[in-house]
Amino acid sequence: MLRPYVRHMSVLSVSFILNGSPVTLDVDPASRLLDTLRYQLALTGTKEGCGEGECGACTVYLDGLPVNSCLIPTYQVRGHRVETVESLDPSALEPFERCGATQCGACTPGVVMTACWIHQHPELLGTHSIRELMAGNLCRCTGYDGIVDSVAEALWGTGGKRET
Amino acid sequence: MLASDGAAIPIAGGTDLLAHWPVHVEAHERTYVDLSRLDPLKSLRWTADELQLGGLTTYWDVIRDPRAGEEFPLLVDAARQVGAIQIQARGTWAGNIVNASPAADGVPVLMAYDAMVVLESRRGREEVPLDRFYSGYKEMKRRPDQLVVGIRIPRRRYAYQVFEKVGARRAQAIAKVGLAVTRSGAGWRVVAASVAPTIRRCPAVERLLETGAAPEGPDDLLPTIAQDVTPIDDIRSSAHYRTRVMARVLYHDLRDFWGKRA
Amino acid sequence: MKRREALAKLTGRERYVDDLPLEGFLWGMTVRSPAPRGRVTAIRFGKDIDWSQFVVVDHRDIPGPNVVALIEQDQPVLAAGYVRHVHEPVLLLAHASREAVRRAVRSVEVVVAPEPPALDFRVPPAPDQIQYGSDNVIKHLKIEKGDVERALAGAPVVVSGTYETGAQEHVYLETQGMIAYLEGEGDVLVVKGSMQCPYYVLKALQHALARDETRVRVTQTPTGGGFGGKEEFPSHIALHAALLALKGGRPVKLIYDRGEDMAATTKRHPALVHHRTGLTRDGRLVAQDIEVVIDGGAYVTLSPVVLSRAIIHAAGPYACDHVRITGRAMFTNAVPFGAFRGFGAPQSQFAGERHMDVIAGSLGIDPVELRRLNLLRDGQTTATGQVIRDGTDRLAVMERALELSRYREKEHQHTAFNATHATLRRGSGLATFYHGAGFTGGGEVALKSRLRVAGRPDGGVEVLSANVEMGQGTLTVFTELAAARLGLAPEDVTIAEADTGRVPNSGPTVASRTTMIVGGLVERAADDLRRRVGLDDSARGAAVKRAIGQWHREHPGEPLFGEGAYEAPPGITWDDKTYRGDAYGAFAWAAYVAEVEVDLRTCTTRVIDFVAVQEVGKVLNPTLATGQVQGGVVQGIGWALMEECKWRDGAMANNQLTNYLIPTSDDVPSVRVAFLENPYPHGAGGAKGLGELPIDGPAPAILNAVARATGADPRAIPLTPERLMELMDGQADVGAQHAAPLR
Repeated sequence: MLRPYVRHMSVLSVSFILNGSPVTLDVDPASRLLDTLRYQLALTGTKEGCGEGECGACTVYLDGLPVNSCLIPTYQVRGHRVETVESLDPSALEPFERCGATQCGACTPGVVMTACWIHQHPELLGTHSIRELMAGNLCRCTGYDGIVDSVAEALWGTGGKRET
Repeated sequence: MLASDGAAIPIAGGTDLLAHWPVHVEAHERTYVDLSRLDPLKSLRWTADELQLGGLTTYWDVIRDPRAGEEFPLLVDAARQVGAIQIQARGTWAGNIVNASPAADGVPVLMAYDAMVVLESRRGREEVPLDRFYSGYKEMKRRPDQLVVGIRIPRRRYAYQVFEKVGARRAQAIAKVGLAVTRSGAGWRVVAASVAPTIRRCPAVERLLETGAAPEGPDDLLPTIAQDVTPIDDIRSSAHYRTRVMARVLYHDLRDFWGKRA
Repeated sequence: MKRREALAKLTGRERYVDDLPLEGFLWGMTVRSPAPRGRVTAIRFGKDIDWSQFVVVDHRDIPGPNVVALIEQDQPVLAAGYVRHVHEPVLLLAHASREAVRRAVRSVEVVVAPEPPALDFRVPPAPDQIQYGSDNVIKHLKIEKGDVERALAGAPVVVSGTYETGAQEHVYLETQGMIAYLEGEGDVLVVKGSMQCPYYVLKALQHALARDETRVRVTQTPTGGGFGGKEEFPSHIALHAALLALKGGRPVKLIYDRGEDMAATTKRHPALVHHRTGLTRDGRLVAQDIEVVIDGGAYVTLSPVVLSRAIIHAAGPYACDHVRITGRAMFTNAVPFGAFRGFGAPQSQFAGERHMDVIAGSLGIDPVELRRLNLLRDGQTTATGQVIRDGTDRLAVMERALELSRYREKEHQHTAFNATHATLRRGSGLATFYHGAGFTGGGEVALKSRLRVAGRPDGGVEVLSANVEMGQGTLTVFTELAAARLGLAPEDVTIAEADTGRVPNSGPTVASRTTMIVGGLVERAADDLRRRVGLDDSARGAAVKRAIGQWHREHPGEPLFGEGAYEAPPGITWDDKTYRGDAYGAFAWAAYVAEVEVDLRTCTTRVIDFVAVQEVGKVLNPTLATGQVQGGVVQGIGWALMEECKWRDGAMANNQLTNYLIPTSDDVPSVRVAFLENPYPHGAGGAKGLGELPIDGPAPAILNAVARATGADPRAIPLTPERLMELMDGQADVGAQHAAPLR
């Protein structure tokens, strides 16, 4: 039987790959990945909207999957890959500019992370709709059409509407 | 650690434990046992007779498994209705079991598939059928020194299966009523969530399906349902609503089966 | 023009108040009242904390009056011995560690000797619950036209109805927050944060901190949503952060957790509306007698103004010769209610538009025909006697909505569908409505809004305005207006940060006024700038840039400003005492159609199609305007079907996003938007205000659709599945419990 990893100390050393580069940090064991990113690393692109994994504003990639960083203890990313909105290529975001994906911007980094992940996995649209895949990113400004249109535009680039 | 401490809390995906973490300052004092690096617990495995989920298998792992959708479609249905993609990528089936919420999404479908909970500790391995795992609200047959290392699901041919989650919206919703129903050579399984202190089988409803007269409308099911569940009024919904919804969903979904002997 | 700050927002580079670097700051937090009413008999500090490490502020630390300046000077900055609602701020704490200050807040016990709270605005208060005037009525208002009693008495048909709307929480994705610090040898207080109205915050700081405008400046940081929730409440947080910074001598950051934000800040006013309507048998309106009651909560805040807008819109966009609308804002010990998109009009128009379908049902008339008969034609007057003569074809607005939604075709389809489907029912519902933009009556004149367009040394221009970007597109629209006016490229236009030290007071970012009215000031100031550099009004482009550059070479080191000051359009007259005259310079008009599918097993309602047609003068930026409509519609869908505030002691018990539900992307259809145009001569670029109109229509359209789909008769929102089930099981709706007028 493998021994689980147990810690009970005032500071933990955490090494992981962040936005493609290795990083080692001393963190408070009680810190969430969201806190470490925003307050320790000054990567403020990732936002806090609810603290309970409902709104998705804190979405980052963990080993390539979108997750809520407000629900991840920092120590759990040891040895893993984390990517934040700061790692995205701005030139890929042109459809989002054009189709009105953002208004106030508070939900936007999380939205963009999930949307770009969908774009990287177009096979998902065989079983899921865009709206279902985006349902973990709450937006209060756009009513979602601007977001869904942007994802569709990035995927299919037709400028027309499809089943979303 | 668990054997000596008892108060240590295993943490896997963290989607239940970390909610509102900064506000729950007293939770920061507790000892947590981080399971996330136990790689052998992550994968799911197909054998000739079973689908075996690991202790760290996530909802997303099952959604992406091509065979799961074919043989155990309720697992995929339920997984897709857990929160949203960000939660599905982190939440584990085992975590859902030991969180023991009466509104859990994973537990009803596992129970309807006759899943077996595999527990391990220094004292050895123990297996408990999921439908006998809960003894009361948030009480379960897991000693503090035990870890859920797997979930075993027997492979069967199912003649009928359905999962219904009734929430206040389509995604990111906590179930007001959850129902998982299967029918196989092993008989009917009717499992209800959010209508009792625990998720549970509904033996009176199952008996009615096996042997009983056809109800003429949903209200005819109310006395039978009352034998199995005790819904309450809470911040999300009312007992009246829950009872009626359960009756209506069962009545309509099983229209083809009422009054016919198994 | 694309949204000019879009890329910054998409890449996460846009910095909101909690993103800003701040040296050596302390985290601030608020200790609040646990009780809805009573005397504070003790404040106990836990023994397990070393309080000498904390900055502790109470009401005695307030240099000026202990008042958050707004309409009435009744709301304290910090409770001084007496509390009127749960979560009322009592004490402030600050510490360098956020966790330490969280623990500290829990270690302070505020002991309150309770007194009987008034917690239901719908019923007359008991004698021991009176806390405002003699009857807990914060404000009475009345609109009268013709002789409603006589007209009702003579009307062939009278239809009555009572309607109720619940509170609504804004859920801006960025919670409220402020930072405060001292600058310039400690004498200038700087406050920055998430807000809609920098000058409101400035006034509040000046008043309570006894500082004049040379010693305090307020800057709006990029704001992650407002919807009215950041109209007046930010003044409180600004004062709290400032007091901690002044006492502690260090910068302070105060950011609300989501749960705190939902529980302790303002929400939409709950409302109860009674209609008594006289009609001819063929459906022509003869008399409208309407009573509007709103819950103001424990302090006056903006309730009189919300009530005003509610009653002005209560009679709907219809012609009727005899109208009486009375309004009452009630004091209760609830957390005070405040501004929320629509500001009273959604509440009263929910009632009015649902009532129209109730009338149609009573008379056996088609709801479309009922509206066709009564929609205002040019030359007819509103309830306040305002003559409508804007040339908008309001019937065409409705026709377009019916056309785009395939309303008649769907009616047939629904009849067939509903006859055969075992568990689903479908229906379509209509709402026709309107919204007056800008401040009511003489309000815009009273604001005395001013704006500047500066000429830069490089020949470009900078717009200096206190109106903020909170997602609705201010930065982009102001850029477009200035560029268009002067013939410049958008790159030649910058918009200054909304810093009260630099920008004049162009008024608050509320009331759908930013494009229509303040945009007009951009145009005026641009014209003025052009004249100041010696050009006439036809000069554009390179000539303008050259002249500005030349002026700077001739006046090195001097600032160059064009000024724009508000002037009311000609011919607008309003009497505030009698509530008669021209309530608004312009109304926008709309017709919305919602198609719903109701699952009879669960009584859940899904909106499966939504068409939103409106006339808003001229659409300056189609992407931004469409986005405003779609966002407002989805907020309206949430308010109608799933957003429910659950109360305990007048405070929100379900104060988390798990239990207060707003729509996800999977809960709403694509919102199909169309605009009809009719340029408004006194709005910038011909535009009328747009931001709030879209939330007036969805709720009644949806409930009308549910009624037509199921035969149920809902009168209250949110129409949760539980409530629809009770209705369909034969119970009368909640509104009916309070059917007797409360005169």
